[in-house]
Amino acid sequence: MFDGLQGKLEGVFSRLRGQGKVSEDDLRRAMREIRLALLDADVNVQVVRDFVASVQQKALGEEVLRSLTPDQQVLKIVRDELNQLLGEPGQELQLKGRPAVVMLCGLQGSGKTTTIGKLAKRLRDKQHKNPVLVAGDLQRAAAIEQLRQVGAAIDVPVITPREGEDVVAFAPRALREAREGGRDVVLFDTAGRLHVDDSLMDELRSLVQVVSPQELLFVCDAMTGQDAVRSAAHFAGALPVSGVILTKLDGDSRGGAALSIRAVAEVPIRFVGVGEKVEDLELFQPERTTSRILGMGDMLSLIEKAEQAIDKDQAERMAQRIARRQFTLEDLRDQLRQIRKMGPLGQLMEMLPKTGPFKGLAGAGAQVDETRLVAIEALINSMTPREREKPGLLNASRKRRIAAGSGRTVQELNQLLKQYKQMQKMMKRMKGGFLRGALG
Amino acid sequence: MADDKQTSGESTTKSKGFWAKLKRGLGMTHTEVIERIQASVQGRDVIDEETLEDLEETLLAADLGVATTMELVDGIRDQVRSGQARDVVRLRELLQDQAAILLLDAPRPRPVPAPRVTLVIGVNGVGKTTTIAKLAHRARDVGERVLLAAGDTFRAAAIEQLVVWGERLGVEVIRSKAGGDPAAVVFDAMQAAKARRADHVIVDTAGRLHTKSHLMDELAKIGRVIEREASEFSVQTLLVVDATNGQNAIQQAKEFTRIVPVDGLVLTKLDGTAKGGVVLAIARELRLPVLHLGVGEGSGDLVDFHARDFARALFGEP
Repeated sequence: MFDGLQGKLEGVFSRLRGQGKVSEDDLRRAMREIRLALLDADVNVQVVRDFVASVQQKALGEEVLRSLTPDQQVLKIVRDELNQLLGEPGQELQLKGRPAVVMLCGLQGSGKTTTIGKLAKRLRDKQHKNPVLVAGDLQRAAAIEQLRQVGAAIDVPVITPREGEDVVAFAPRALREAREGGRDVVLFDTAGRLHVDDSLMDELRSLVQVVSPQELLFVCDAMTGQDAVRSAAHFAGALPVSGVILTKLDGDSRGGAALSIRAVAEVPIRFVGVGEKVEDLELFQPERTTSRILGMGDMLSLIEKAEQAIDKDQAERMAQRIARRQFTLEDLRDQLRQIRKMGPLGQLMEMLPKTGPFKGLAGAGAQVDETRLVAIEALINSMTPREREKPGLLNASRKRRIAAGSGRTVQELNQLLKQYKQMQKMMKRMKGGFLRGALG
Repeated sequence: MADDKQTSGESTTKSKGFWAKLKRGLGMTHTEVIERIQASVQGRDVIDEETLEDLEETLLAADLGVATTMELVDGIRDQVRSGQARDVVRLRELLQDQAAILLLDAPRPRPVPAPRVTLVIGVNGVGKTTTIAKLAHRARDVGERVLLAAGDTFRAAAIEQLVVWGERLGVEVIRSKAGGDPAAVVFDAMQAAKARRADHVIVDTAGRLHTKSHLMDELAKIGRVIEREASEFSVQTLLVVDATNGQNAIQQAKEFTRIVPVDGLVLTKLDGTAKGGVVLAIARELRLPVLHLGVGEGSGDLVDFHARDFARALFGEP
């Protein structure tokens, strides 16, 4: 599969390494790789063309041709340019007025309703606001019900329209109710459409007039292809869009849409949705998106995840145990649990850079078999505490009991024990300080 | 057709044929791609390198992806070089041929005799529930006794959404509480199907990004339930793909096929500003048959896929 731009550029320049001279032809091929990488990441064709032209100009200006590490030079230019194009990091919502009004708009299936729940939770937990949701999507079957359930899940009230009430009549009533109820932020859901059609725009325009939102956010699916630009530009052209929320970035989409939208619609990207849970909304960070688009891994996110999941005290304890050569099966289980807490393994592997020491790993990441970790945990769970301390106790009869208890086979258990022995050997050679340094 | 309730969701264009619907559906794509091709042949006599470069941009902009675009353009370049086709008026015809060949290369869909179960899977927000309504509508129209199983117990109000469609279509929906076990819903659905002598059970599943785990477990469990409870039913799995998705759609399809044998694709949102070019990319990469296209928001807006017609609609009449 796609190996990331870094790898491709290394390929282009590799045979020249050390010779210190890059021809125009090499540079042209490098530009072609950049172009293909961006297109593969679903960056808009037009945007790609302009981007490559500007990178080429910079590359010529910065004497890449005489550089000893042309690949690094070119890559740096590409990164800088991408970061610049992607703009500022996301800003928190500007909330003036009582209540402050935030409205979401976007195409069908982009994730508006889910996002509104995430925003409400964020506002309440991080900014200590007292938000309320307003169900303005009167189109899709059960959309109101969906918002009601989203609200219930995070314990935020939802104002819904009465039978037969049209959205423009409903909106002012909802605002009034919010104000009277002492709510300081109103989050307004709107109907999504398949196309950017005139009646949708008219409806949204009149809604905007009625409720005059401080923030009008365009919600966009990160997986959108070449069309992302068109819909974003339409919305931003017709409405006072103050920001973009990019959703579903927890998939393996490279998110080229972000670049296209930023470049064409010139609206800042504020937040990104990175998971199914209500906490999974982050402020937009251009460097991360750059890494993603270039297939360079997302080490920052990975480190952050590790920090969240790993209990430092526990890591410290573990390091000490290893130092005293007391790493038991129980410790192994704790470690596995911590790793799994960080999220699906395949997803973690995706965050690793695809070149350098991790080369090849990322591709294998997709094949990481999480069920194996589950099996190991089940096996260890089925042992008695004493057996976990002293695996030497495990004779044939105990092994059969453990296998039966965990629903696995004796072979699997033997394999685990073998691996555990190898680990112990490795750890004997290792100084305790190593782990402490790595995790602490 | 027994009932013709005029609810808003019902199609208003039932009688129009495949061709009209597809054209309407591909409307935006149609005009834009065709106009761009038109512009690139304007004032030229023969297909030259510049024409091909223009064509490349056009295809990339239609979400065909780099690899597929290169293959099509290279194919045409070969024909031009070998002197088989140089006249610029033939460009569109060449393109259609290449595209159709690519699409026809996918295997034919496996026959799924009645009574049957259709499992509908896909990532979040691609239009699974609407697609199920469309499949149910069509099955009902050919006289099948249809039952829907609300197996998406995860997303808020997914069950309610399916129930609303069931009411509009007059089709029974088997459901459980939100957060319930999808396999249990399927169990109930299969019992009901046997009791009512249903011909076709269509199962909604929770949408999820293909990078998430547990899908395999859930689908395997559903498969076991069907096998155990109603082995006389044949089972097919349809993957729903959003036509507005870019190259990531290929990745989705790849991941899903790795986890579960997919029998065919349904492509949705072709009536949006979608380009639909990603169908060609998927067909090329995965060799999966495309079965249906969703071309509107009404439950009647589903058409069968025909490779030649699709190629024609995408690139215009020669």
